[in-house]
Amino acid sequence: MIDREQVLHVARLARLELDDQEVARMVGELSDVLDHIERIGELDLEGVAPTSHVVEVANALRQDEPRASLPPEVALGAAPEVEAQGFSVPSPQA
Amino acid sequence: MSYEPVIGLEIHVQLATRTKMFCGCALTFGEPPNTRTCPVCLGLPGALPVANAAAIHFGLMIGEALGCRLAPRSIFHRKNYFYPDLPKGYQISQYDEPLCLGGQLGDVRIHRVHLEEDAAKLVHASSSGRIHESRASVVDFNRGGTPLAEMVSEPDLRSAEQAREWLTLRCAVTPTSRCAARAPPSWAPRPS
Amino acid sequence: MSAPTDLTAAQAVDALGRGELSAGELFAAYRERAAADDLNAFAWVADETPARGAVEGPLRGVPIAVKDLFCTEGVPSQAGSRILEGYRPPYTATAVERLLGAGATLLAKTNQDEFAMGSSNENCAFGPVLNPWSRECVPGGSSGGSAAAVAAGLAPWAIGTDTGGSNRQPAALCGIVGLKPTYGAVSRYGMIAFASSLDQAGPLTRDVTDAALLLRHMVGRDPCDSTSLAFPEEIATPTAERLDGIRLGVPEELSGEAEGIEPGVQEAFERTLRTAEELGATVETTRLRHAEHGLSAYYVLAPAEASSNLARYDGVRYGLRAGKANDLVSLYTRTRHEGFGPEVKRRIMLGTFALSSGYYDAYYARAQKVRTKIAQDFATAFERFDFIVTPTAPTVAFGLGTKVADPLAMYLNDYCTVPMSLAGLPAISIPNGLAVPPQGGQVGLPTGFQIAGPAFSENAILDAAHALEGAIGFDAGGGRA
Ligand SMILES: [Zn+2]
Repeated sequence: MIDREQVLHVARLARLELDDQEVARMVGELSDVLDHIERIGELDLEGVAPTSHVVEVANALRQDEPRASLPPEVALGAAPEVEAQGFSVPSPQA
Repeated sequence: MSYEPVIGLEIHVQLATRTKMFCGCALTFGEPPNTRTCPVCLGLPGALPVANAAAIHFGLMIGEALGCRLAPRSIFHRKNYFYPDLPKGYQISQYDEPLCLGGQLGDVRIHRVHLEEDAAKLVHASSSGRIHESRASVVDFNRGGTPLAEMVSEPDLRSAEQAREWLTLRCAVTPTSRCAARAPPSWAPRPS
Repeated sequence: MSAPTDLTAAQAVDALGRGELSAGELFAAYRERAAADDLNAFAWVADETPARGAVEGPLRGVPIAVKDLFCTEGVPSQAGSRILEGYRPPYTATAVERLLGAGATLLAKTNQDEFAMGSSNENCAFGPVLNPWSRECVPGGSSGGSAAAVAAGLAPWAIGTDTGGSNRQPAALCGIVGLKPTYGAVSRYGMIAFASSLDQAGPLTRDVTDAALLLRHMVGRDPCDSTSLAFPEEIATPTAERLDGIRLGVPEELSGEAEGIEPGVQEAFERTLRTAEELGATVETTRLRHAEHGLSAYYVLAPAEASSNLARYDGVRYGLRAGKANDLVSLYTRTRHEGFGPEVKRRIMLGTFALSSGYYDAYYARAQKVRTKIAQDFATAFERFDFIVTPTAPTVAFGLGTKVADPLAMYLNDYCTVPMSLAGLPAISIPNGLAVPPQGGQVGLPTGFQIAGPAFSENAILDAAHALEGAIGFDAGGGRA
C-alpha cells in the first residue's frame, strides 16, 4: 500500500512532476503492484546472502592510459542550451 | 557553561593519475571547458564506468601509509542525488565496503579511506560577475570524474589550531597526490 | 531462385559467398521492404545503400535491424522515449560495433517499449508496433519492433535486449527465435541501461541457425564493460537432430493452466514435450520453489536499478529540455514529466520507493535474497537436468489496448522468463506452433517454447533448439502475408 502523501514524497525524490490525475492513478497502480510484491515478505530468508550481481568478476580494471576525448563541439552537440562552451543550466542559487 | 570543540575531518585527496577515475580522459589543468570529456564522464546514455587501476593502487598506498586494514574485497556504490555537476544523477563512491579501514595519522585515528569520482565544475555566470545575482550557470565536465580518495578521521581533534596543524600532515600522501610535498619523513608511505 | 528476402541470414551469407547475390542488391531489397513498413517496426531506416563493393567479414554485408536501445553513432538512438527524441550519439555500442566489424550493415533501428520497459510495445513514444500475424494484436515487448520486423521479413535478422524476457516474449508472440545469452556474454557498453544487473543483448532471428551465427559475432569480453566475460568457446553452428540422453526438467511453478498459462499455449507446450521424447529426451517434472516469486523480486530490482539509471535524463547535456523552467528543480521535474511516458514514470516511482529510507530492507534487500534463492533453485535443478523448459509466455499475442490499464496483468507476461534473467542464465524461445486464444478467434497465433540452461551453455541450448525446431516444423508464413 502507498498513499497520496508517499507518492508525492517519492516523486520529489525522483525529480518527477506529476499532475493530479497522475498522482491519483499512481496511488492505485503502485498499491496493486506493491500488494503483489509484498508476498516475498512471507518467505523465510534468514541467513540468505543477497545477490546484486550474478557474475563474480574481480579486478576488472583499466590501465591508467589516456584516450582521446571528444571534441568539445561533439560533447556539446546534443546539449539543449550552450553558453561559453559549457552546458547552461538555471543557477542553483537562483 | 563551556563547550569543547570535537572535530573530525573528511579530506578529499586528489590522486595523481594520468586519467580520470572511470574513463580514459586525460587529467590536465587549465584546458578550455569541455575538452576533456567522453561518453563515460558526460554520463551519455549507454556508457559504463571502468575503474582506473592506478587510482586503486594509490588508494591502497594511502591505506598502507596510514596503517589501515586494506579490504580484501571492496566495492563501489552509487550515491544518488540530482545536481548539474553530477552527470549521471549519482556519484560513484564507496559505502559499506571501502578500500581501507582504521589507521592513524599523528594523534588522530583514521576511520576509513575510500575512493570516489569528483563532480564537474559549475561556473556561475552573470553580467555583474556576482554569484548571488547570477541566473544561469555553466557546467564544465573537464574535472568531472577526477579520482579522489576521501579520508575520514575519527573526531579526535579538539581545536581549530590542532586541526590546521594536523592537516599539514596530510601531505604525507604526496607521492600519490597533487598536494605539495612537505611531509615529515616518518609519515612517508612505507614501500610496499 | 527465390527472392533474396526469402533467404535466412545464414543462407544469404552463403549466397553472397558464392557470388549469386551482391550485398548491395540484398541491402536494396530490404531497404525497400523496410521503407514500406506498415507495422511501425522501425524508428529509422537507412536512406541509402552503403556505397561499397564486396564486404569484408564473415557476415558479408547482410543487413541487420538494431533495437533503438543501442547507441549507433550519428544515427537516432532514442530508446523509444520522447526524452531522447532525435538524439544521435557520438559513439556506437560494442555489440553493434562487433557486428558491423564482422560485415553486417545497419539497415534500421527498431521501435521498442520506452527504455525497454514493457511487454507489448505500447509504451513507445513513437507509436505501438503491430504484430504481423494479426494487426489488431501486440508483437510483445520490449524488443517488439525487432521481433515484428524479422517475423514480417522486413529484415533478415535483428538484435534486441532482454532484461526480464524482452527478447524471448516478443519472439514467442511473433513466431521467431529469440535468445537471451548468459549475463556478461555480450557487452552492455553503449546499450542504453534499464536494469544493469539484468540487461543482456541477444539475437532475434528466423531460425536457430541464424541465432547461433548472430550470437557468434556478438559475444566476448569488452574492456569497456567491467561485467563482460570472455565466452569460453566459439558459438558453433547447431547441427543436432536428436535429443538422445538429454534430460528436460519441467518446473511445476512455470507451466500448467493453474499458473495462468492459456490452455492453447499449454497444449502446444505439452505437444512439444512429447516431440522431445520422440527425439530421445527424457521429460520429468521438477520444482523451482522460488520461481513463483521471481516476478515480485524482479519488479523491485529492475525498477530500483532503472530509477538510478534514468536519473541522467535531466535536460542538461542531451535530449529533451522542458521550456519555461526558471529554476533548477523545475527544469528537472518538468523535463522528466514531459519526457517520460506513464510506464517509465511508474517504474521510476516504484524503484525510488523501494530504495527510499525505511523501505530498503523490506523491498530491495529482500528481493536480492529472493534472487539468491532462485539462482540456487536453478543450480540444484541443473544437477539433474540438462535444461529447464517452459512455455515462453503465458499467452499468445493479445489485443492492442487490452492490458495497458492494468500494469499487473501486463507484468504477468514475464512470469516464465524472469526467473532465468534473475539467475543470469541463457534461455532461448523457439516457435512452437499456433494456438487460438481462449476468447476465440479464427486464426491461431504463435506460441513459444523456452529452453534454459546453465551459464555459458548456449551451444548446447542452440543444439537442442535446432533438433526441436526441425521436429516442430513451424510454418512462419502467417507472419509474412
Ligand atoms: Zn571521460
